[in-house]
Amino acid sequence: MTTVPHLVPGVQPEPSEPEERRVTATVSGADVTVALGALIAGISATALIYYWLAPFSGLLGFVVVSFVMFLVFYAALVWLDADGPAVRDRLVGAVVHGLAALLLLALVCVVSFTVWKGYRALVHWNFFTQDLQLAGPLQPLTVGGALHAVVGTLEQIGLALVITVPLGLLCALFLAELRGGFTRFVRTVVEAMTALPSIVAGLFIYAAVLLIHDEQQRLGLNLHFDKSGLAASLAITVMMLPIMIRAADVVLRLVPGNLKEASLALGASRWKTVRTVVLPTARPGLATAIILATARGVGETSPVLLTAGYTAALNADPFHGPQVSLPLATFTLIKSPQPNVVARGFGTAALLLALVLILFLIARLAGGRAPQDLSPRQQRARARQSARDVSRFARRMRTTRKEEQ
Amino acid sequence: MTSAPLEQRRRLRPSGGQDRVFRIILRCAGAAVLVLMVLVGAFLFSKAIGALRIAGWSFLTTEEWEPDSHHFGIAAVLTGTILIAGVAISIAVPLATGMALYVSEYAPARVRRLLINMVDLMAAVPSVVYGLWGFAFLQGNVIGLARWLSTYFAWFPLFKVTGSDPRDPLATETVYTSSTFIAGMVVALMVTPVICSIMREAFSQAPIGEREGAYALGATRWGMIRSVVIPFGRGGMIGGTMLGLGRALGETIAVYLIISPVFVIQPHVLQNGANSVSALIALRYGESGPVALSALMAAGVALFVLTLIVNFAAGSIVARSRSGAESEA
Repeated sequence: MTTVPHLVPGVQPEPSEPEERRVTATVSGADVTVALGALIAGISATALIYYWLAPFSGLLGFVVVSFVMFLVFYAALVWLDADGPAVRDRLVGAVVHGLAALLLLALVCVVSFTVWKGYRALVHWNFFTQDLQLAGPLQPLTVGGALHAVVGTLEQIGLALVITVPLGLLCALFLAELRGGFTRFVRTVVEAMTALPSIVAGLFIYAAVLLIHDEQQRLGLNLHFDKSGLAASLAITVMMLPIMIRAADVVLRLVPGNLKEASLALGASRWKTVRTVVLPTARPGLATAIILATARGVGETSPVLLTAGYTAALNADPFHGPQVSLPLATFTLIKSPQPNVVARGFGTAALLLALVLILFLIARLAGGRAPQDLSPRQQRARARQSARDVSRFARRMRTTRKEEQ
Repeated sequence: MTSAPLEQRRRLRPSGGQDRVFRIILRCAGAAVLVLMVLVGAFLFSKAIGALRIAGWSFLTTEEWEPDSHHFGIAAVLTGTILIAGVAISIAVPLATGMALYVSEYAPARVRRLLINMVDLMAAVPSVVYGLWGFAFLQGNVIGLARWLSTYFAWFPLFKVTGSDPRDPLATETVYTSSTFIAGMVVALMVTPVICSIMREAFSQAPIGEREGAYALGATRWGMIRSVVIPFGRGGMIGGTMLGLGRALGETIAVYLIISPVFVIQPHVLQNGANSVSALIALRYGESGPVALSALMAAGVALFVLTLIVNFAAGSIVARSRSGAESEA
């Protein structure tokens, strides 16, 4: 290696060694060691207190005391080579990590407990192919299943979606596209109705649709309306509609104004702007809004409790007779003292959870793609459209040139 | 070059035809939703008035619920609802703050997306599943904690438990079951994701310039959070908490599964026996005659008004806390 000679006086030579790359990681090896050490010390000290010094017991207490001891040791260890602000920083970091872990642990616990308890019922294939008509409380789990509840849930949410999706999307478009006092008023009312407790929505349908029947008889009308899947889906509709409108409205208002203005400036009508600019841009968000509202609607028990009635038999007709759904079946079954019935209840809860999870995954897949990143198929379609446009322009140029000549 | 023909003056009225139909359809949809919503509200209020006439002002002060003898009120159930929601919020807010801070400030970028999805999934888990878990799992495991709290913190009036001597090792533990505390814990798990997602959104909007400024001045991560992220996210924190409170007030099934209903004001949160408006409706709707149904409507309306006030307050706080930079151009 040759050294660079002093060419200009006063200018230092470049360092012969390349500069060392600095570590920019926020967590150093020493931090990890300190945290691990504090953790081991905390658990050991707690074990000492629990089993040698004091007559304590219980897993929950052990975990909590270990965490507190960990914090103490951690603070002390950091204190050795850092000052006050750094110690506070590390302590808050540890607490935040602990809280996040606790919340995730709770989620995992809820899900796995349900699946674990329902496992006994879920392993029997008949759970998915039979209803509970023949399965008395003392029957083994090889008889009876939750087919009637699955059918009921799908039909009820389907009926509710038939009403809420068109009405909800149109109303959200109305709120996002049109201006004026009327729009503001509708928006206020919709926001107010999102506060409606779901049980009150159920009570409304119960009183307004199911009990009005007596008054009809007095008036000589006979619109027979009993507890049925339809009544349940109406209750779900009343609960779901404001939620969906509000979520869709937020998504639609996030469509950039300059995109809409560009479309209008090119001479497109309002309808065409909505169809070709607003809706495609907001499509993933709208899908998410619809599917998350559906997940809420599927899982709500209280409106269904008041309106659907309970039956152990499969009833595929949502318009007549009681029709049970997954949350309602869960709610009813687990109140039984018989372990087999309770296992069936947990099985239906696990099915419900799986349904919600599937809906959620669909929502994330639909919502994960921004409008500008296209799938290969969409890209090919765009390329074809573009080629058609080019040839159309070329044709037109030729014809205008001919006319000019 | 020939001069171009004079350009025709364009008409500048709202585009007609297609667009007029489009606008009419939108207005109709808006009107239909409005009619439906107003119908629900008006129906509930009109049905509730009958019971309110019978009960008068004592509706707010009576604890018992005996509508057939015209003696009913929401003093006990409304207090119970507020207590359950209070327990839920005081557990949910620290959890949600921790999770929101973790996701927005501490988590590695790789797992951030996954964590956000998990919190959203937690919000989508049906309430009956939470209720089931609280009823069959949590209840048995939390008795020790309740007993410990009532033994050492009984000087705090809410934690007192009557009818049990904590120093008697053979005392039955049923006095600690089906309490406001357990119901509140389960409701807390349900509202935590709601609060958390609003807080996270508020925290992540803290401007990068101020964050880097704080770091450049030598702040630690916690120093930066305390002086930049939390002040910027304060509106979102309060608003999210109130939205969670609105959800907690209206929760039915989980509460219904856990509590054993009592119709007295029960301020001892650790003790067996609690009540809430929504659980009352779920419990009594079936056996109700016209007066009783009207009374239930009145209770439902009272709950609705309460959640309405909380939600609107939350909405205005969240809206005010946003700078408006991300709203429409």
